[in-house]
Amino acid sequence: MEKMARVTTALGGNTITGRTMFCHLDAPANAISVCRDAAQVVVAGRNIFKIYSIEEDQFVEKLNLRVGRKPSLNFSCADVVWHQMDENLLATAATNGVVVTWNLGKPSRNKQDQLFTEHKRTVNKVCFHPTEVYMLLSGSQDGYMKCFDLRKKDSVSTFSGQSESVRDVQFSIRDYFTFAATFENGNVQLWDIRRPDRYERMFTAHNGPVFCCDWHPEDRGWLATGGRDKMVKVWDMNTTRAKEIYCVQTIASVARVKWRPECKHHIATCSMMVDHNIYVWDVRRPFIPSAMFEEHKDVTTGIVWRHLHDPYFLLSGSKDSTLYQHIFKDASQPIDRANPEGLCYSLYGDLAFAAKESLISSDSNRKPYIGDRRHPIFFKRKLDPTEQFEYISSSSALSVFETDVESGSMDWFVHTAKQYALAGRPLAELCDHNAKVAKGLDRNQVAQTWTMLRIIYSSLGTVSSANLNHSIGKGSTTLPLMNSFNLKDIPSGLGSESRLDRSKGESRTENILMDSSSTLINNEDNEETEGSDVPADYLLGDVEGDEDDLYMMDHENPHAEEQEYSLPQEAFPLRHEIVDNPSALDHLQDKADSPHVSGNEAETVSLTPVESFSLISISHSLYENRLPSDFFNPIVRDTLLFYAEQGDVQTAVSVLIVLGDRIRKEIDEQTQEHWYTSYIDLLQRFQLWNISNEVIKLSTCRAINCLNQASTTLHINCSNCKRPMSNRGWICDRCRQCASMCAVCHHVVKGLFVWCQGCSHGGHLQHIMKWLETSSHCPAGCGHLCEYT
Amino acid sequence: MNRLSAGPIGGGSAASAAGQYRVCGNCRKVPRQEKRVQVSPPLTRGPSAFIPENEVMQANGLDERTNLLVEEYSTSGRLDNITQVMSIHTQYLESFLRSQFYMLRMDGPLPLPYRHYIAIMAAARHQCSYLINMHVDEFLKTGGIAEWLNGLEYIPQRLKNLNEINKLLAHRPWLITKEHIQKLVKTGENNWSLPELVHAVVLLAHYHALASFVFGSGINPERDPDTSNGVRLIAVNNFCVCDLANDNNIENASLTSSNFGNVMVFLQIADSLSELEALMERMKRLQEDKEDEEASQEEMATRFEKEKKESLLVISGAFDDEIVSTDVSRYIEDPGFGYKDFARRGEEHLPTFRAQDYTWENHGFSLVNRLYSDIGHLLDEKFRMVYNLTYNTMATHEDVDTTTLRRALFNYVHCMYGIRYDDYDYGEVNQLLERSLKVYIKTVTCYPERTTKRMYDSYWRQFKHSEKVHVNLLLMEARMQAELLYALRAITRHLT
Repeated sequence: MEKMARVTTALGGNTITGRTMFCHLDAPANAISVCRDAAQVVVAGRNIFKIYSIEEDQFVEKLNLRVGRKPSLNFSCADVVWHQMDENLLATAATNGVVVTWNLGKPSRNKQDQLFTEHKRTVNKVCFHPTEVYMLLSGSQDGYMKCFDLRKKDSVSTFSGQSESVRDVQFSIRDYFTFAATFENGNVQLWDIRRPDRYERMFTAHNGPVFCCDWHPEDRGWLATGGRDKMVKVWDMNTTRAKEIYCVQTIASVARVKWRPECKHHIATCSMMVDHNIYVWDVRRPFIPSAMFEEHKDVTTGIVWRHLHDPYFLLSGSKDSTLYQHIFKDASQPIDRANPEGLCYSLYGDLAFAAKESLISSDSNRKPYIGDRRHPIFFKRKLDPTEQFEYISSSSALSVFETDVESGSMDWFVHTAKQYALAGRPLAELCDHNAKVAKGLDRNQVAQTWTMLRIIYSSLGTVSSANLNHSIGKGSTTLPLMNSFNLKDIPSGLGSESRLDRSKGESRTENILMDSSSTLINNEDNEETEGSDVPADYLLGDVEGDEDDLYMMDHENPHAEEQEYSLPQEAFPLRHEIVDNPSALDHLQDKADSPHVSGNEAETVSLTPVESFSLISISHSLYENRLPSDFFNPIVRDTLLFYAEQGDVQTAVSVLIVLGDRIRKEIDEQTQEHWYTSYIDLLQRFQLWNISNEVIKLSTCRAINCLNQASTTLHINCSNCKRPMSNRGWICDRCRQCASMCAVCHHVVKGLFVWCQGCSHGGHLQHIMKWLETSSHCPAGCGHLCEYT
Repeated sequence: MNRLSAGPIGGGSAASAAGQYRVCGNCRKVPRQEKRVQVSPPLTRGPSAFIPENEVMQANGLDERTNLLVEEYSTSGRLDNITQVMSIHTQYLESFLRSQFYMLRMDGPLPLPYRHYIAIMAAARHQCSYLINMHVDEFLKTGGIAEWLNGLEYIPQRLKNLNEINKLLAHRPWLITKEHIQKLVKTGENNWSLPELVHAVVLLAHYHALASFVFGSGINPERDPDTSNGVRLIAVNNFCVCDLANDNNIENASLTSSNFGNVMVFLQIADSLSELEALMERMKRLQEDKEDEEASQEEMATRFEKEKKESLLVISGAFDDEIVSTDVSRYIEDPGFGYKDFARRGEEHLPTFRAQDYTWENHGFSLVNRLYSDIGHLLDEKFRMVYNLTYNTMATHEDVDTTTLRRALFNYVHCMYGIRYDDYDYGEVNQLLERSLKVYIKTVTCYPERTTKRMYDSYWRQFKHSEKVHVNLLLMEARMQAELLYALRAITRHLT
């Protein structure tokens, strides 16, 4: 407790001093209230009803009002209030629907004064008139509010809210006759105490129950309400319509609100569930509480400012059976812990960063990045001298880092997206087309992938001769040579290929493994192939030709890459590391156990020119034509994974769509979904709506597919009565009028309705089109110059 | 004759697949009881065994609204029997379907097959094969693993952990403590996140309560559009479509005697008319003069205790150990665990749940909505709807304020679960709810599987069927709320 401050304030004669302190109650509290002189507090709950005096250093129990052998339910209090005029007078609301008044001046031990049993259900709230001694108001679960004159036995008047339960009633502090009542259905009603027949005004304040309200102590028209919808709202009632002027979003339902004395914009709140803290908000700064009291271990049920004119002492009771006095000095201020920093990427890769000025300046000795074009902008907020507790740093700096226009260009992405063909043609054609597109954009590797896919998946006979041209002869000659080379000289091969992508790297290492562990198999393979007749190499040829292309590409790749992948993340030097990465080896060792691996390797060869031995196995199997159609799936899968990892999710998704069922099962649903969503997100950022929709439509993931089935409804309002039309689009149920008439032919439009966004006249699509061909004015004659594009 | 034809088919196919699944215990019984079954065919072929078909049909025959609702919210895409019976109260049906659809189909922490499997587990606690069949179908449709349907041994440990809370929630929700919650939430790899748990709890409570409704309204097994469909259903799920509710031994026994009983009914009509008058008279009195006899607080407390205790006695006859068919039992553990009267447990003396200290409106809602967004609003609307639903009619009388009666029903259910309202005089329950009705309420809420047509018929003879369905709705929602309150309170305690 050493950090706790001791505060003394002088308030017109009587001084309040104290520190943060608490005392244990015997039972959970439901409500608390203070005496006018700020020296005593009453705590009420289901099993407790006591008065404590607030001493300098502690709470001292003064009086236990819960007397009797077996206390009745009348003592089970939902609410308690201490009269602000008469310090002997208290009132409680009991859970069984009884309103009880207590007179501390009574000589007997039982201070119970009057008993009003008029409510049928639990009474949620009682409230004394601020200036009238004998006037008490109650609000109950049964939907009624009753006004009692304490000199009489029965209620003076009953107000029916005509709805479900009343949650709170509060007399206006400034207007003698007015009180506000809040309801479970979200409404707030204002009543004139003289007119029990009808409320003066009603408005919907919250979605769900309004648990509490509080009139501003100084500003006549301000009413704060708190609801289950986690909002605190401040209403200005001076206007004819209640106007919401402030709104604070909290993290839990709001159980109590209390304006802070002497601080016009401050309000204290506590919650009914989950959140145990008490917050003091500045309503003008609704995102972060200006102060926070975190002492309670269960929900806070009652809060009250100790003195009407003292903003530094707050009392609170809680379900954890404690009563606290909080001192403002000890409050934790979340703003201290908050990081007033913001970071945001723009569409074009620019980065904006805002932070406290002090943070930025301390950093300034560091060299700026090359691409860093700072545009420091400073904001200053003038300190409000009236707000003692705002010692928030008031200036911040904003820096913008721009990326190079060229390097950040995503033109290739847009072009590719637009030009790729994803469906509607035979696979081979699609692949060819896409390969051409990729090539046209200097993305040779992608182009190559497409070509390979075509070869892998489309039937062999359709291979165009262009790809064969130079390869047949070469293939047959180089074969034996490379074979031997492969068996011995892998390391040098690796070096020469350092530019190949990772999947290649992996497969290569696999082959090394193979070499050591399963040479026998290879040999067999070789023998078989060699034994087989050369004419078979028509087929063998394409594979090789292909591979040749690849080979060539390897040399081009370095610079080609630089041009096309200008995004930094794509230029990560991944490949260098991986080539002779022992971990990759390990990784593959695991795999080597599985019998499929040999198949894997066989395929990889088509990518890597060095490993001709497996090449042979390929050509051999192709020749035999007994390869199952999914033979290449693992390698294609790896390719896709590679692209996705590289950040080129476009290629991955496009291939996925084009191949469809051929590859779908190889990649787990979640990955696919992830790719799709990323690609769609990218497309939408570039506003390629049509393409993104096409992708959604073509996708085979259920989760993606249903994306464009969500929110397909267009809600329209009737043009006459301005209310939403529920059933049909052309006739309004409410005003029984046809809402959408064609401005040209004056008939009802039941199909496509096109309208001008300027004057909102419109009609049949055809009619409007025709009309606007000849005229530029609105057909309705409103004089608007409509445009049809 | 759906049942008669379905029986043999079910038996046949079960036998053919016996190597894989156990034979449906209920169906095996059919040959033995065949004679009896033919004597007492279902009274109607409509959606409910208790309510004549035309009663339901006339209410919703051309009800466009219902069809629209079904189209929008039904998961199976067809107008099932529950919906048909509920469509007597279209207003309510909408909020019911909407919330059910939300918890089964919309955004939520649990995957779809899980949701249906939890529904199956919940329904199995009350041996409600109607709901089980329905959800087995949906479970498979949403991509559930067929193997799980073989029983609890085949499901992941995580789901299995839910058993305990399912059991308690169904029969003795007051026993749920924060330790149970902790056990689910903090068990390493099989733990439930709180949102998932809340979703599961909502589902469990919903389907326990719905089982009450199914039995309470005597919902018939789904009539299949064509026989081939029926065969498919059986073949695929290996589930017998025979309904336990109608095949109950007790039921059969009572039906045979009910022919005889009919005579009595006629004799009693005059009697029950005056009964009705008397009930209305009492209601009026209660509404008008509240403070004629100012009962002392002690008296109020004792009245609650009395009502609680009396609910002990309210149970008709002794029951044999229930015959739980293997279809159902494979989804439950500890089948012997049932409702045990809250009041009877004197030795442990459980504290009464004070409704004012943990209400749905203030506490339950906030918690549920926080962890499983939006369901709170839907449930809230549903509770409110059922509580306030009235046509201001009672049997033949119109313009009656039925508030007290509805409140009595609602609070009586809560009373049996040990939830007490400070502001309620439990003497009202005694005055308003006759003994046969109490028997019915107790059976439907606590042992729904034992409900018989005789119980349904024996209370409120003058009342319309739609009003009895209304009663069932009240019971169902009251029960659901009670379960939710206990479960959510435990979760709240776990959180604080």
